[in-house]
Amino acid sequence: MATAAQRRIKSVSYAKYGYFFILPFFIVYFIFSLWPLLQTFVLAFHSNGARTNLTFVGLDNFRTILATPAENDFKAMGIHETFWKYMKNTVIIWVGNFIPQIALSLLLAVWFTDLRVKMPGKGFFKVVMYMPNIITAASVAGLFLSLFGNSSYSVINTLRGPDVEPLKIITDMWQSRVLVMFIQVWMWFGNTMIMLMSGIQGINESLFEAAEIDGANTHQTFWRITFPLLKTIMVYTLLTSMIGGLQMFDIPYMLHTGNVINEHIATVAVFVYEMFHKNFAKPSFGYSAAASVILFVITSILGALVFWVQRDKDAMEKAKKRRQAIKEAKRKAKGGGFSI
Amino acid sequence: MSKKITYDDGKGGYQGKLIFKSSLIYIALIILTLICLVPILILVVNATRLHNDIIGHVSLIPSTHLFDNLRTLKENRLYNVFFDPVVGMRNSLIVAGCCCALTVFFSGLTAYGLVVYDFKLKGPAFVFILAVMMVPTQVTAVGFMNLLIKMNLLDSYIPLIVPSIAAPAIVFFMRQYMLSSFPLDIIEAARIDGSNEFRTFLTISIPMMKPAFAVQAIFCFIQKWNDYYNQSIVLVSGKKNQLTMPMMVQKVIAIDRNADFGANYAAIFLSIIPVVVIYIVLSKFIIGGVAAGGVKE
Repeated sequence: MATAAQRRIKSVSYAKYGYFFILPFFIVYFIFSLWPLLQTFVLAFHSNGARTNLTFVGLDNFRTILATPAENDFKAMGIHETFWKYMKNTVIIWVGNFIPQIALSLLLAVWFTDLRVKMPGKGFFKVVMYMPNIITAASVAGLFLSLFGNSSYSVINTLRGPDVEPLKIITDMWQSRVLVMFIQVWMWFGNTMIMLMSGIQGINESLFEAAEIDGANTHQTFWRITFPLLKTIMVYTLLTSMIGGLQMFDIPYMLHTGNVINEHIATVAVFVYEMFHKNFAKPSFGYSAAASVILFVITSILGALVFWVQRDKDAMEKAKKRRQAIKEAKRKAKGGGFSI
Repeated sequence: MSKKITYDDGKGGYQGKLIFKSSLIYIALIILTLICLVPILILVVNATRLHNDIIGHVSLIPSTHLFDNLRTLKENRLYNVFFDPVVGMRNSLIVAGCCCALTVFFSGLTAYGLVVYDFKLKGPAFVFILAVMMVPTQVTAVGFMNLLIKMNLLDSYIPLIVPSIAAPAIVFFMRQYMLSSFPLDIIEAARIDGSNEFRTFLTISIPMMKPAFAVQAIFCFIQKWNDYYNQSIVLVSGKKNQLTMPMMVQKVIAIDRNADFGANYAAIFLSIIPVVVIYIVLSKFIIGGVAAGGVKE
């Protein structure tokens, strides 16, 4: 058989096309994503307040953001406090949106995939529940401002009547946070539901059938079969949702009227954006980049966890065994005196 | 309450229990459907009502003043300095359309290169694409802004459109699709018939990959149409003839005094029409695409 040699010749002669086909991707990625990413890391160690001619300041930006600055340094104090306030908002809003979202999505996914429940119009429900996800976030923010806005003309205040003091949901700390959580759930539960459904459909159907024949009720089927087998996809959903949560920007940034953003719902992504974008002539690239690097580190840890969860355990086990077998064989070969 | 959930007491008929359970589920689903649709319904209805009616009472019955509201958008100084639906739609269409075409074509090309050919850097290239899939946009944003200032590319569509040539997540998805359902023998056959490699990609691979291309194209279009973040970074000076739909809407909703509610609702209504129409027509593909694990922002 000359196939091995032939294959080698073939792979040599066509290899250059492989490079040729993937080249455009890499060129564009290096210019518009990788270079900016490296630039972000460089800027994190440089000064603020100008667009060019930045000086190297070492770890000052990180120190300002993470450690408590001196009492009399009001500007640094402001930046430090803003960052931590926004970080706190991010965590609160993420937790408050993720828990109801995953519970609701899981419940719906189980219902939709239950073979026993005949459900006409399943397709219609799925289409409706996914719809909020495709609408522009700016429009969603505008819509909810019109529904729950502070103005006495918003839907909620109109419903309460003209004689009652209008609700100020948008500027109230907890009410606005709950509103953002609600909007996030409203926008994303359909997406999560469909992902979990495809996870459940991946489970071998005969397991459910066997459970039914053995007389398991819905609760038993869920807790003994669906949930354990869904664990991987649930952890994946959790981690990707965390990564997404750190990037939450549109709704927290836009859910206000006037020019001042709402500090009760502003997230870390809003901090990054405001620092380099708000004062366009004198952007604070340093603080913004330092916050980005912090975000990057957190995201990398979460991303590594995703890979760790997603890893193919069986394949890894097999590879390990194969390596051990090879080692064993080599040792035996040595012991047997075949080596020179 | 507790009595309601006793499906397994062994006395009630199996069928009866199922019907009872189904109806409970139905009620819950209808409530959720209403939560999803009522805000949108109020939006559509109020887009057809005049400011004075909207501030008077809430109604779910459409009125006839949609065109009056559109005229307000066109003639009122408060709105027409930055809002023009025709210009906004045109710009969004240019950005989203070009991005969509470039993303799908070049992602297909990259995935094809990674699947079909054997070369030394194939493994590292794929690992690289996997690794960068998770990098958040926010992290590159500062450097991106800095790059645009240096290259003098602010207020231009180039930095909005060209980067979409490199879409790691979509390359990943297409690679998986090709690995599972693309017969490599056909390429060998094309080679024997004398087709060159690029032509094989264009005339054989693309037609065979149509389903994957279509799903990714829909997602990409919707995502880019909705992408406020990058557009607001690049189009800093906010010239009206450059603004896209989400940016215009953002400016409309930020008006805090003397807002005409009819006009506000009409502006938001206009901005959601294109994506909602695309969604309703193609919902089957879209739901299928999400289920295939295609995209999660």
